Amino acid sequence: MSDLQSQDYIRRSASTMTPPSARNAEQQVAKLIDVSRCIGCKACQSACMEWNDLRQEIGHFEGSYQNPNDLSPDVWTLMKFAEYENEQGNLEWLIRKDGCMHCEDPGCLKACPAPGAIVQYANGIVDFISDKCIGCGYCVKGCPFDVPRISKKDHKSYKCTLCSDRVSVGLEPACVKACPTGAIMFGTKTDMTAWAGERIVDLKSRGFENAGLYDPQAVGGTHVMYVLHHADKPELYSGLPAHPRISAAVEAWKGIAKPLAMVGIALAAVVGFFHYIVKGPNEVTEEDEAQGERVLEEETENTP
Amino acid sequence: MIRSRTVIVRYTTSQRVNHWINAICFTLMVLSGLSMFHPIMFWLSNLFGGGQWTRAVHPWIGCVLMVSYIGMIVQFWRANLWHSEDNTWMKSVAAVVEDDEERIPPVGHNNAGQKLVFWAMTLLIPTLFLTGLVIWEVYFGEATPIPVQRAAVLIHSTAAFLAIIIWIVHVYAGIWVRHSMRAMTQGYVTPGWAWRHHRKWLRELAADPNDKTAIRKRP
Repeated sequence: MSDLQSQDYIRRSASTMTPPSARNAEQQVAKLIDVSRCIGCKACQSACMEWNDLRQEIGHFEGSYQNPNDLSPDVWTLMKFAEYENEQGNLEWLIRKDGCMHCEDPGCLKACPAPGAIVQYANGIVDFISDKCIGCGYCVKGCPFDVPRISKKDHKSYKCTLCSDRVSVGLEPACVKACPTGAIMFGTKTDMTAWAGERIVDLKSRGFENAGLYDPQAVGGTHVMYVLHHADKPELYSGLPAHPRISAAVEAWKGIAKPLAMVGIALAAVVGFFHYIVKGPNEVTEEDEAQGERVLEEETENTP
Repeated sequence: MIRSRTVIVRYTTSQRVNHWINAICFTLMVLSGLSMFHPIMFWLSNLFGGGQWTRAVHPWIGCVLMVSYIGMIVQFWRANLWHSEDNTWMKSVAAVVEDDEERIPPVGHNNAGQKLVFWAMTLLIPTLFLTGLVIWEVYFGEATPIPVQRAAVLIHSTAAFLAIIIWIVHVYAGIWVRHSMRAMTQGYVTPGWAWRHHRKWLRELAADPNDKTAIRKRP
C-alpha cells in the first residue's frame, strides 16, 4: 500500500530510530476466518482481485478446486482445499482462506533490510511500502507462513494488505465485505476473540471437541485468526503450521549478528589505526638495503 | 636512504591485474553487502544507484569475484603451501606485531600470516559464492526450500563478516609494511625490503640461477 502520511507506525523495517507514532490510540484490529462456516465460494478471492486490481495469469486445471495453485504477486488470498478422511472414515473438506496472517511480531519486517519497506500500523496491520522494497526476498525467509511473493516483473514483494487503505477510512477489508456466509468477520481483536469464543462453544456442542482459535502466540498472536474445528491439528488445513515462529536462523541473523558484526569490523579497523599510531610504518632501513644488496652480490658471485 | 639500483620482481603483471580485479570486486561486495546487512549501512546503497540496483548488482559482482579468485588460487597456491617454518612464524606473531625483527624467523616468499589470508579467503569466497547463489532471489528464489535459504543467509553473513575482518588485516598489513603496496601496484621490491621481510626468499632467489630473471635494474 502507499504511504499516506502515516503517523501511526509501531514498527518500521530496518530502522534504528523510532518511527512517527503519535497517532497510537487506534484499536488493534483482527480478521476472523471461521473455517467451519466457509462454503468455498471464493467470493473473497474475487473481491480481493477486484478491490486491489489484481489479475493472475490464467493457469491450468490441476485436479483441485484450488485455483490458482498458489499465492503469487497477483494472488494475495487463496482458498486452499484439503480433503481429509477423519477417524470415522468420513470425508471432511477443509477449506482455508490463505494469506498474510499479520503477525504481531512480523518475521518479514524483522528480516527486511530496506528502511521503511515494511511497516506495522498501530492497528496491527503489517503493510509493504512497495516503492521502498528492493526485491531481495529476505521477507520470504523471515515469514513463518510462506506468504510474501516477489514479482519477476518489478522485483517487489507482495502480499495481503488487510486492505489497509479501506481500514484506514473505516471500511472492512474487501474479502470480509464479500463473504456471503459471515465466515470472515472483521473488527477489533478483542471483539473477534470474544466472537470466536462463542463460535467455539457452539462447535464443541455439536461434537467438534477440538474446536479452537488459531492465534499463535509464538509470533505474538496474529491479526488474522482462524476458528478451526480441529485446532489440535492445524496442519490438516493445507499445512497451516502448528507452532509458527520466526526461524532461529533468522533471529540470529537479524538479532545478535548485526551489532556483533558491526562492532567487530569497527574494532578491527580501530585496532589497526592505533597500531599504526603506536608503531609507525614498518620501514626498510639503510642497513637492510646494504644487507640485501650484499646477499644478491655474494650469491650471484657464488653461482655460475 | 640508499636508493637501490637493483630491484626484485615480486608480482608479475598478470598476478597484479588479477589481484586488483579481485580487490575492486571485493571492495564493491563489502560496500553493497553491508548496505543490505545493517540499516545504519543502508546509505551505502546510494553508491550503487539505490536499493534495487544494489540488490541487482551485488550477485553479479560476486560472480566476477569468484572467477577472479579462481585465478588467484591458480597463481598463488604454490607460494602459500604450509611448511613447518610457518608454525615457527606463528609462534613469533607477537614479535611481528611488535615489529621486533630480531625475534622473527627468516621468511620465504610468503609469511604464515599471508598464507592464512590466502587459505581463509580460499575457503570463504567459494562459501560466499555458493550460499549467495541460494539467496539470489531473481534466479534461484524458488530453487531451494525456504529453510535452506535461511541457513544460507546466516552462513553468508557469517562468512562475509570473517572475510571482512581478514580483509582489514590484509589491507592494514599492506599499509603498515612500507612499500608492500608498491610490490602489488608496480610489481617490484628492493633487496632491502626482501632482506627485512622475506629473507629466506631473497637467499633462495639469489642462489637459484633460474630465478635471475626476477632481478632487474630499477625502472
